[in-house]
Amino acid sequence: MDSARVVITGLGAVTPLGLTVNETWAGLCAGKVGIETITAFDPVGFDCKLAGQVPDYKIRDYLPKNLRKAVKLMSRDIELSIVAAGEALADAGLVTKGIDPENVSVDPERMAINLGAGLISCDLVELAPAVAASLTDGKFDIHRWGKEGIEQITPLWLLKYLPNMLACHVGIIHDIQGPSNTITCAEAAAHLAIAEAAQIIARRASDIALAGGAEAKVNPIVMIRQCLLKRVTSQNNDDPASACRPFDADAKGSVFGEAAGVVILENLENAEKRGAKIYAEVVGIGQSNNINPAYEHLEPDGHGLQIAIEKAIADAQIKPEDLDLVIPHGTGISCDDMAEAAAIAAALGEAAADIAVWPTKSMLSNTGAACGAVDIVAAVCAMKEGKIPAAVNCSRKADGCSLNIASESRDTRIRYALSCSYTYGGQTAAVVLKNSKC
Amino acid sequence: MLNKNTNEQVVITGMGIVCPVGHDVESLWQALLAGKSGAAKTTIFDASTFPTTFGAEVKDYHLAEHTANPQLHEYSNRGSGFVIGATAQACQQAAIDIETDQPADGIDRTRLGIYLGAGEGSVDNDVFFDAITEAWDAESHEMDWGKWAKVALGRMHPMRELEQEPNMPAAHIAMLTGARGPTRSCLTACAASTQAVGEATMLIRKGDADVIIAGGAHSMIHPLGVTGFNRLTALSTRNDSPETASRPFTASRDGFVLGEGAAILILESLTSAKKRGAEILAEVIGYGSSSDAFRVTDMHEDGRGAAQAINAALADAGISYKDVDYINTHGTSTAENDSIETKAIKAVFKAEAKNIPVSSVKSVLGHLIGAAGAAELITCVLAMRDSVVPPTMNLHDPDPQLDLDYVPNEPRKMPVNIAMNESFGFGGQNNVVIIKKWQ
Repeated sequence: MDSARVVITGLGAVTPLGLTVNETWAGLCAGKVGIETITAFDPVGFDCKLAGQVPDYKIRDYLPKNLRKAVKLMSRDIELSIVAAGEALADAGLVTKGIDPENVSVDPERMAINLGAGLISCDLVELAPAVAASLTDGKFDIHRWGKEGIEQITPLWLLKYLPNMLACHVGIIHDIQGPSNTITCAEAAAHLAIAEAAQIIARRASDIALAGGAEAKVNPIVMIRQCLLKRVTSQNNDDPASACRPFDADAKGSVFGEAAGVVILENLENAEKRGAKIYAEVVGIGQSNNINPAYEHLEPDGHGLQIAIEKAIADAQIKPEDLDLVIPHGTGISCDDMAEAAAIAAALGEAAADIAVWPTKSMLSNTGAACGAVDIVAAVCAMKEGKIPAAVNCSRKADGCSLNIASESRDTRIRYALSCSYTYGGQTAAVVLKNSKC
Repeated sequence: MLNKNTNEQVVITGMGIVCPVGHDVESLWQALLAGKSGAAKTTIFDASTFPTTFGAEVKDYHLAEHTANPQLHEYSNRGSGFVIGATAQACQQAAIDIETDQPADGIDRTRLGIYLGAGEGSVDNDVFFDAITEAWDAESHEMDWGKWAKVALGRMHPMRELEQEPNMPAAHIAMLTGARGPTRSCLTACAASTQAVGEATMLIRKGDADVIIAGGAHSMIHPLGVTGFNRLTALSTRNDSPETASRPFTASRDGFVLGEGAAILILESLTSAKKRGAEILAEVIGYGSSSDAFRVTDMHEDGRGAAQAINAALADAGISYKDVDYINTHGTSTAENDSIETKAIKAVFKAEAKNIPVSSVKSVLGHLIGAAGAAELITCVLAMRDSVVPPTMNLHDPDPQLDLDYVPNEPRKMPVNIAMNESFGFGGQNNVVIIKKWQ
């Protein structure tokens, strides 16, 4: 059987810039920075006291009445994915059981879900009373934990922290019964989840897929890990708006945050048949590996990322000069940004000088397993609106970075856009989108 | 391009395992046929006061026996450490060169991928609990984050923290093999490595890779892991008899036995395997995936999702349920799984259901969680090779409600041409892979 063409028909995003795609896009266009001093906990003693935090929301407002009691089983990562998934499905004009059980417009067995998720870290405050009940002479005593501490842990505790629970909760709410997967490749997870979902639709295993990623990194243990790995900036705590500086000469490290991004991927024939609005087509996917003994960083020449970008462009059957926009991973960690710049420059060749490169983490922060999906949403918005917003906090490009960083906002037709990511541990990913209006 | 599809046949050309009953495929197989359990009193940490005091641990495993560069993998968590041994064995069998800058195995490194169903590593227990102890004020019910950060920054090791990330086993395989092809890691609970093998098969069929190192790695035998499962009452508490505790399909089953390990299969396009002259162990012919969309706590009561995944795998393989010779079940020894899995098999296999041998090697191996499916697929390949089906051990008091042929207690000599492996995970994740004997 012929493979299907895969299009994007719905978008959802909850980010430090807002609870909807529109708010996020408006913020990105305005150059607004969603990074602030951490309020989720008191960051005293942390090298970096900043994060990208999502505005307040009430998760109950996003749940069907009969599922509201499930909130006690939801870590924040799960909540964020639910908010973005609901927006994306509604934007696509799809009616699921969770949206309106009387008027369901989809076949649950023909829907897939594929989300990127992070290492969900437990809530230390929730564990602390159990730890406190397990002390002998003021020291943690595993014998007491096994008898007394453990009794204080809520019976379903583990289920809050399994990474696949994002997809499971969203799948239960919206009755998604087809293939379900959870990609756990950290900062490359969402791109890889979208890639896999697109391939599932292309091979006709599903007609519609909800794909993306979510992660809530504003958690003390997640933040302390990034501090220990020296991936955070520790020098801009009093100036959050200028803290995260991808590709900039003054970059001092990344700033982490929380978000969810979801796209609805659909078989083109299915989308046309139901008269859906079609934003873009997923035309190219590339994946590879960094190989670096210092595996917390990208290898210095970015070779593994270069391969992914080259494969995605080849897969799309285009030339580098057909790209009008690149959204890079761009974390603000100098050595990684320089390696990424080298990878992009090598993959794009001479065309690199002309293609606008627009990093988003200066505004959105580094949201881990969500970031690739949020960047795909941003790329679709840029295509849809014919606009590349200005990069923020890259006023003086780092020496050796030859990329054409979008220094000013401009209105322009975007034929093809590429978004890429990589992660500690090696996985790299690139996705090429084609504007459906071109 | 995205819609490229080569319809390549996908074959298995190498296997490797590190598991509770041994550190190589033949040890696994001998233990399964002899019914020699891997379960014993927990030694990784002091579990003596936990509701469950035993598990199926990997014993006497030494990384340096499997890699020439143990220092490169010095901070690996248990799962990553195990996956190095399993990968090294599988690559040796498939004639894939490892730990060299100049591989001469005929495989383009940009077409050598990795797909794992891999779990997170344990927290660094001592400092994790000490930091909370130090910082918690029981009176005000508040954490002093400054105190907590001081302990954490002073005592946590950056690489040991990084190694808790679930994508780390894949990182170690990349370093070991130089793989630059498509690489993904998934974590769909107990169904993860079956899903990894299934999706990897799709990547090869699509033409994105020639060879993929696929499988799983996981260890949850640590205080918080056992705490979580004990609170869910998912684990057997038969502390006086660890070796008989995993007893799938019996009336007295009381939960699964937590195991750990890594299992790797080398998946390869038939074209590549032939070109390289690799020995073909079996063919992967079908993959199906579904979700229950029911409850995060329970499987769908009719086995709806499980049956859907089985049907999808049969359809993908282009075969009838009547063609299946053997089913390697998920068979966890929990009340729920064994009963619903039996229902799902009956729903798909109808009158044939009772005629198909279905067994659970978890009765011997324990439950390797993320790595379980890949380990069980290896046993399916071995069953084909030797024309013998491994038994469900400890099946002395069959559950009267469960009436399939579970191959109780003794291996059974019989030809196996087509075998199906089922894996189901918390949250309603269902994955099924079908393999066929190569001839």
